[in-house]
Amino acid sequence: MTGPRVGLLCLGPMEPLRRPLSPCSSRPSSPRSPPCETSVSVGIEAVLDQLKIKAMKMGFEFNIMVVGQSGLGKSTMVNTLFKSKVWKSSLPGLATPTPQTLQLHSVTHVIEEKGVKLKLTVTDTPGFGDQINNDKCWDPILGYINEQYERYLQEEILITRQRHIPDTRVHCCVYFVPPTGHCLRPLDIEFLQRLCRTVNVVPVIARADSLTIEEREAFRSRKCFDEDINDRILNSKIRERIPFAVVGADREHLVNGRCVLGRKTKWGIVEVENMAHCEFPLLRDLLIRSHLQDLKDITHNVHYENYRVVRLNESHLLPRGPGWVNLAPASTQQLTTPAPLKVRRRVQEDPKDEF
Amino acid sequence: MDKEYVGFAALPNQLHRKSVKKGFDFTLMVAGESGLGKSTLINSLFLTNLYEDRQVPEASARLTQTLTIERRGVEIEEGGIKVKLTLVDTPGFGDSVDCSDCWLPVVHFIEEQFEQYLRDESGLNRKNIQDSRVHCCLYFISPFGRGLRPLDVAFLRAVHEKVNIIPVIGKADALMPKETQALKQKIREQLKEEEINIYQFPECDSDEDEDFKRQDAEMKGSIPFAVVGSCEVVRDGGTRPVRGRRYSWGTVEVENPHHCDFLNLRRMLVQTHLQDLKEVTHDLLYEGYRARCLQSLARPGARDRASRSKLSRQSATEIPLPMLPLAETEKLIREKDEELRRMQEMLEKMQAQMQQSQAQGEQSDAL
Repeated sequence: MTGPRVGLLCLGPMEPLRRPLSPCSSRPSSPRSPPCETSVSVGIEAVLDQLKIKAMKMGFEFNIMVVGQSGLGKSTMVNTLFKSKVWKSSLPGLATPTPQTLQLHSVTHVIEEKGVKLKLTVTDTPGFGDQINNDKCWDPILGYINEQYERYLQEEILITRQRHIPDTRVHCCVYFVPPTGHCLRPLDIEFLQRLCRTVNVVPVIARADSLTIEEREAFRSRKCFDEDINDRILNSKIRERIPFAVVGADREHLVNGRCVLGRKTKWGIVEVENMAHCEFPLLRDLLIRSHLQDLKDITHNVHYENYRVVRLNESHLLPRGPGWVNLAPASTQQLTTPAPLKVRRRVQEDPKDEF
Repeated sequence: MDKEYVGFAALPNQLHRKSVKKGFDFTLMVAGESGLGKSTLINSLFLTNLYEDRQVPEASARLTQTLTIERRGVEIEEGGIKVKLTLVDTPGFGDSVDCSDCWLPVVHFIEEQFEQYLRDESGLNRKNIQDSRVHCCLYFISPFGRGLRPLDVAFLRAVHEKVNIIPVIGKADALMPKETQALKQKIREQLKEEEINIYQFPECDSDEDEDFKRQDAEMKGSIPFAVVGSCEVVRDGGTRPVRGRRYSWGTVEVENPHHCDFLNLRRMLVQTHLQDLKEVTHDLLYEGYRARCLQSLARPGARDRASRSKLSRQSATEIPLPMLPLAETEKLIREKDEELRRMQEMLEKMQAQMQQSQAQGEQSDAL
C-alpha cells in the first residue's frame, strides 16, 4: 500500500536514499561499490528500482482543491504549479460572472514528465465567500470531501474489490487568504478551523505582490493558526513559513536574458520562481516535489480512517457474511450536504502536456 | 478713465480674505473592507498621521466585532489657509461572515448629520451652525475582485442619494496595467447597470484653455481612481527621495502618474473640487433629504409649504414653522414605552410574589 516514498520524478534535489554504511568507514561508500567485508551483495537495492518501475507504469493520482474568494488567483496558481493550462484563467471583467451560490467544479488532466504520469484532479470552488451573507458557505465543501470519502469507503467494503480503487479523495486543500496585511478574517478562521479536521489544509497568502517583505512577516506573526494544522506537515523548516506568500503568473518575460514566469508592472517584474520575490517555490516543493506522497498518506491514514471509524460506529455493522454489507446510507446529520450542491466533473485526457 | 471703473473686480479678493479668515471645514468618510489601504491613503493624502493611536484588532477579537463609526478631527494649515478636516471611519465594515445590513449604521449616521443640520437651520439662533454633514465618501473597492462585489453594490445603493461617492481601487500596485484598465472598465459598467450615482465632476467651461481641458478629461477618464498610499519615503540610491513602497523587484512611487492615480485623486479632492463637493452636498443631497423629511412629517399645510419652499428657495419669507423634529417625538414615545414596560414588569413581579406567599400560606395551613 504505502511503501517507501517514491516521489514524482523531478528536477529538484531529492532526498538521498539511505545507504548502508560501509564497515570501512574511512572511505565514503559510493552507490555502486559493494561493502568491503561481504563478498556478495544481496541486491536489496534493486527492490527500490522495482517499485519505481511499477509506480511509473501505474502512474500517480493527486486530487487538489483550491478554495478562496474570486479574484485571488486560484486558477493562475494551479496553472503555474503544474506548468500547464489546467484552467483557463480569466482576467477581471471578462465573461465569468461570480455565481450566486457556491459551486464545485472539477477538472481532471493527465500530465507527464520524464515518463512519470500524474492524473491530476483540481476542484475549484467559485462563489466561496463572495456573497453578502457567507454563513455556512463551507458546508458544500465539507459535503463534497465527505462524499469522496464515502465513495472510497463503499468501494473498500465490497467483497470483491477492484484491484486499484479509484481515489477521488481530496488530498490537499489550498486555502487562499487575501493579502489584507492585518490578520485573518472571521471567515478564514471559521473555514480553517472546520476543515483542518477533515482534510489537509495548506493556507497561502494570495496575490502577495501587494505586500512588502516586512508586511508579510508581520502578517505571519499575527496569524492565529492552531498547531493542529501545522502538525500535518512534516518538515519543520517549511512549517515555519506557512502561510506561504505566493504569486502566480502564466506569462513569461525576459529578465537578464532568462525567460521567467512573472508579472510585469511599470516598476519592475515580479518573478514567480525567485525566492526573494515570493515563496512560490516553497509551495511547489511542498505540494509536488517533496510532500505529495506525504499528503496522500496522511489523507489515507489519518483523515480517511477518522471518517471510516465514525461511519462504522454509527452504522454498528462490520463486513461479514456472503453478500456484501450495505452500510446504512449516511444520515444527513453527519454529512452536511445541503440541497444546492452542484458538482460538475469533466474528464479531459491529455496524453502529453509539454513542460 | 476713473468714471468707467466701478471697482467690483476686487470682489474675489474680498471673498478670498474672508475665506482665509474663516477657514474651511470638510468631512470625509472612508468606507470599504479592511485591509484595502484606507488609513495609509488618508495619511498620504493629507500628509498627517491621523491613525497614530490605532490598534488593529486581533483575529479572535474580530469574530465578535460589529461595525462602528469613528470620527477623527485634524486641523491642517498650508499657506495661511486653515482646513478643519473631519474623518469618518467605518472599521468592521464587511469583515464578518454575515454582512447583511452592515451598511445600515453608516446610512443612519449620514442621515443623523443631515437631521442635525436641519434642526440647527430651523432653530432660532443660527449664528454658529456646525456643519457636520458628510461631504464626500471615498469607497474602496478591492483590486482582487472581478469588479464590484454584492456587498459593494448593496452599500453604494444605500448611500448614493445621500452622499457624494468617489469610488477608489485600493492597493492598486497589485495590478498590472492591463488588469487595471479592465477592472476600471468593468466597474464603470457595473455602476451604470446598477444605476448608482457617483459624484459627477462638473463640466469645465468652454473658455478654459486646452491644457486644463485635457487634464480634466484625463481625470474623469480615470475614475475609479486606482491608488497606492504610503507614508514612507524611499531613498533609491542616486535618485531623489520619493514616497513609495519598496519591493524586491522595484519601488512603486505614489506620486508618479504612471504608477497610480494618487495625484489625480489628491488634485481632485483637495485642489480643484473641494468646494464643489460641499456645494453639491448642500444644494442637492441635503435639500433632497430635507424635502423628504418635511414631506413625511406631512401635515397637509406643511406639505404644501414645504414643496413651495423647495421650488422657490429665493422667497425666504415662506419659512415653514420650526416643527418639533421627528427624532425628539420618537424619543419621547420611546421613553414612555420604556416606562410602561417597567411598570408592567413590576406589576408582574408583585403578582408572582403574592401568589407565592399565598401558596406558602396554604401549605402552612395544611400542616
